[in-house]
Amino acid sequence: MACINPDGTLTAIARAVLGHLAGATKGITPGDLAAGTGLPLYRARASLRELGAADLVAEHGGGWRLTGLGREALEIDLATPIVTSAQSRGTGQQGA
Amino acid sequence: MNGVTPALPRLGTPAPEFEAETTHGRLRLADFRGGWVILFSHPADFTPVCTTEFVELARVAPALRAEGVELLGLSIDSIHAHLAWLDAIEREFGQAIPFPVIADHDRRVAQAYGMIMPGDSGTETSRCVFFIDPGGIVRAMIYYPLTTGRNVEEIVRVVRALITTDRHQVATPANWRPGGDVILPTPRTAEDAAARGGGGTPFWYTVTPAPPDGPLDDLVEGPVDGPVVRPGDDREV
Repeated sequence: MACINPDGTLTAIARAVLGHLAGATKGITPGDLAAGTGLPLYRARASLRELGAADLVAEHGGGWRLTGLGREALEIDLATPIVTSAQSRGTGQQGA
Repeated sequence: MNGVTPALPRLGTPAPEFEAETTHGRLRLADFRGGWVILFSHPADFTPVCTTEFVELARVAPALRAEGVELLGLSIDSIHAHLAWLDAIEREFGQAIPFPVIADHDRRVAQAYGMIMPGDSGTETSRCVFFIDPGGIVRAMIYYPLTTGRNVEEIVRVVRALITTDRHQVATPANWRPGGDVILPTPRTAEDAAARGGGGTPFWYTVTPAPPDGPLDDLVEGPVDGPVVRPGDDREV
């Protein structure tokens, strides 16, 4: 699934979409999302559909909102440091 | 077999709907509704002619997007091959590919659009281009064989002509370029024909200047010298 990485973390696009919805005070249309994130409209539609299938967002009356699960996923993701494969192998250039 | 009957879309009919894996995730044709789509196929990743086409299409992609036109590539290669090839293009040619590319491994989309020409290649998709309007209707098609790289300027010119036609309810003459003269639809009543007469041209052939009106204008060479051919013009044969 394009919104969730194989390791269970959110993809950059998913993080951007969920982050945008988290800051919204009303339901967001795909057009709103495209305008607010700079994503092409087709990508905004596809992302909402995929995140909806994962129960991270839900549509009500034409607007998309974050679900409780989506908010939780975003909070966990933001709290998790991104570790590259090089770092996980201990070959990163940290502090160089 | 993938259960899809090979077919050729017809002009003026709805473009076959699909959902496919792409380099931008799973996309449906319906995701592009409301804007123009140029759906094009290429024979194979990591081939030189296709690489030149991708570099040139990527170059015009920002201006196309500004005009509400999205590019959508396709071949029967895997998503992994696509990703590796696009990465190689960016590294070797310094050109990022900003548009999605369908990995049509089971040829489902290719067959729905008649992209495989058995006389050209029984397996690879030929160089097909479909211009799909904001309502999902096929408005123009161009087919090239495997050996002939596409003229990207012509692709831009065609979509620009279609947009001009829709925006101004006009037709475009032979060799039209953005900013060039356009043709008014022929009158449908005697009264309209009479009103159209005068100016030395017959009522059924009314040419009028069209203002340039979009970012795509800059991507296609300017209008041809002088107006389009008119009745009575001296022409060398």
